[in-house]
Amino acid sequence: MPSIKTAVAALATTTALGLSGAVVAQEYTIGVSIPAATHGWTGGVNYHAEEAKKRLEALYPDIEITISTAGTAGEQANDLEDLVSLRNIDALVVLPFESGPLTDPVRRVKDSGVFVTVVDRGLTEEGIEDLYVAGNNHELGRVSGEYIRERLDGAGDIVVLRGIPTVIDDERVQGFQEAIEGSEVNVLDMQHANWNRDDGFEVMQDFLARFDKIDAVWAQDDDIALGVIEAVRQADREDELFIVGGAGMKDIIKRVMDGDELVPVDVLYPPGMIATAMDLTVQHFVSNGPVTGEYILGSPLITQENAEQYYFPDSPF
Amino acid sequence: MSSAMPNHKTTQNNAAQNAAARPKGFSIDLKTWGPFVALVALALLGVLINPAFLGLDNLSNMLTRSAFIGIIAIGATFVITAGGLDLSVGAMAAFIAGVMIILMNSLVEQFGAGITTILLGVGASLLLGLCAGFINGIVTTKGKIEAFIVTLGTMGIYRSLVTYLADGGTLTLDWAVRDIYRPVYYGSFLGITIPVWVFFFVAVIGYILLNYTRFGRYCFAIGSNEKVAEYSAIHVDRVKTLTYMLQGVCVALATIIYVPRLGSASGATGVLWELEAIAAVIIGGTMLKGGHGRIWGTVVGAIMLTMIGNILNLTDAISNYLNGTVQGIIIIVAVYLQRASWRKTGT
Repeated sequence: MPSIKTAVAALATTTALGLSGAVVAQEYTIGVSIPAATHGWTGGVNYHAEEAKKRLEALYPDIEITISTAGTAGEQANDLEDLVSLRNIDALVVLPFESGPLTDPVRRVKDSGVFVTVVDRGLTEEGIEDLYVAGNNHELGRVSGEYIRERLDGAGDIVVLRGIPTVIDDERVQGFQEAIEGSEVNVLDMQHANWNRDDGFEVMQDFLARFDKIDAVWAQDDDIALGVIEAVRQADREDELFIVGGAGMKDIIKRVMDGDELVPVDVLYPPGMIATAMDLTVQHFVSNGPVTGEYILGSPLITQENAEQYYFPDSPF
Repeated sequence: MSSAMPNHKTTQNNAAQNAAARPKGFSIDLKTWGPFVALVALALLGVLINPAFLGLDNLSNMLTRSAFIGIIAIGATFVITAGGLDLSVGAMAAFIAGVMIILMNSLVEQFGAGITTILLGVGASLLLGLCAGFINGIVTTKGKIEAFIVTLGTMGIYRSLVTYLADGGTLTLDWAVRDIYRPVYYGSFLGITIPVWVFFFVAVIGYILLNYTRFGRYCFAIGSNEKVAEYSAIHVDRVKTLTYMLQGVCVALATIIYVPRLGSASGATGVLWELEAIAAVIIGGTMLKGGHGRIWGTVVGAIMLTMIGNILNLTDAISNYLNGTVQGIIIIVAVYLQRASWRKTGT
């Protein structure tokens, strides 16, 4: 293993040296560290990162962008070290695999004088990053809750399929519960479906077996929603309920665009936020305005009217 | 090690003979019946928690769901009985599902969205399963590498291959093909769903193969003591490779009925199936160190695993965060009950 790593490192260094000899020296190098594309949403993140790299490098010839992907938090920590020591980056855009274990590695990058942009999942310690770009999990829950409450005229029985037990999931559920508080919307039960299609299918099958009347389903995530759709279809209960997912998967957005009765809306949590973060980071070097601070994206409701602007048919997600 | 040989012979006897041989008049042979007892106890618990548990739909859903893990676990019973282990099955299933979907999508242009396309997809699946099993087997036996390591390696390979094929996203089956293929999961025959039929037939064939053929006896012998088996002129490498190929075919069969369920495959497909399959095999009374296998126990083990998840979904009494704890405890207790009786009877 170490021998392969050294080989790769040597190769990378020689390529970098060779390039810098042949081409005009790059003025700024930006390292982007993201989780590997092992599941739908991170697949979308990878796609949007690559697209942004192409676009930004074409736009700004003196900017070079390096993207590295990691399968675990530990791997990502290694990536960060390599970006600093081998690539000599001027700025880092990082979507941390997990907040806790990556806080220290990111701090070390920051200490070496690099501009740091943190995306989506915050670090456990404040004040490390120069720029924070994120979606709004609380709002995703709130917007979903408000839609369901309105659509049901303030009264009805619903079930909730949660994600993997994490802070993200908690924030979403909290926002949702705040939105339906005080109404007659009754949550029959909540179960974890782990942001996964198969689990969504199974949990929904069990909900359908258990409850004779379900007016709406908050699936919270589009992968779960796809499993839910199949379970509902199998039980022949499409007419009695509707499903609200979340994130902005192209398959679901397409359904919303086509006016699917079962999936009337979606709530955005865009994987494209990585592109926003890269854009802003580049602006730090090329614009004359300040870009530090927090940049929180909205979680708009995607309806049939506006679905087209969130539809990326080429993205894997 | 050597004590495992006579042990396996008692296994071959049926429960009635066992009971008759013992001086006590009334006693249940927990070794054989343990998994069934546990299953009944669990079912009773399910009814107590929620009467909806006994609903026909719920029972049918549950059995249909357990078919995937069950079919894979039947293959795993052979591998484990022969002293091997296959950790690659979940990733293999995801990979095969991915290739099937890509293949069928591309065949639509040539053959249209019909039976031909689906049969070619199914054929490809079986072929892939056979090849993948052969690779696991040949590298383990001829390469003399621990099965744990070989299949850990192939697990990583298949998992990343499916992610690569899907571009990090999800592969989705062509809608027209899906509509025709759909009944393979959702359809039923004589009131019983197709996946359950497949599960049943695989189990019957597995039972005959393991208990009434030379191949099955060789599996027991190799798992008990590989050296002795070799001296007894058994082609150990060949038999072991065959068990992995059988496992591959089982994975392919499970994939064939899995694909029409959601019509998609991604890097998240089949995650941890390998552990569920191994758990089903062990709950069923097969020993992890080999030399001793039970097909019907495995079937019960697979149903039990699905049932635990189902029961937890039917109640909100237990915090969701503790689902894993409950599952873990039930698995350990189920296996302990069998082992405890083992010690008492002292074979």
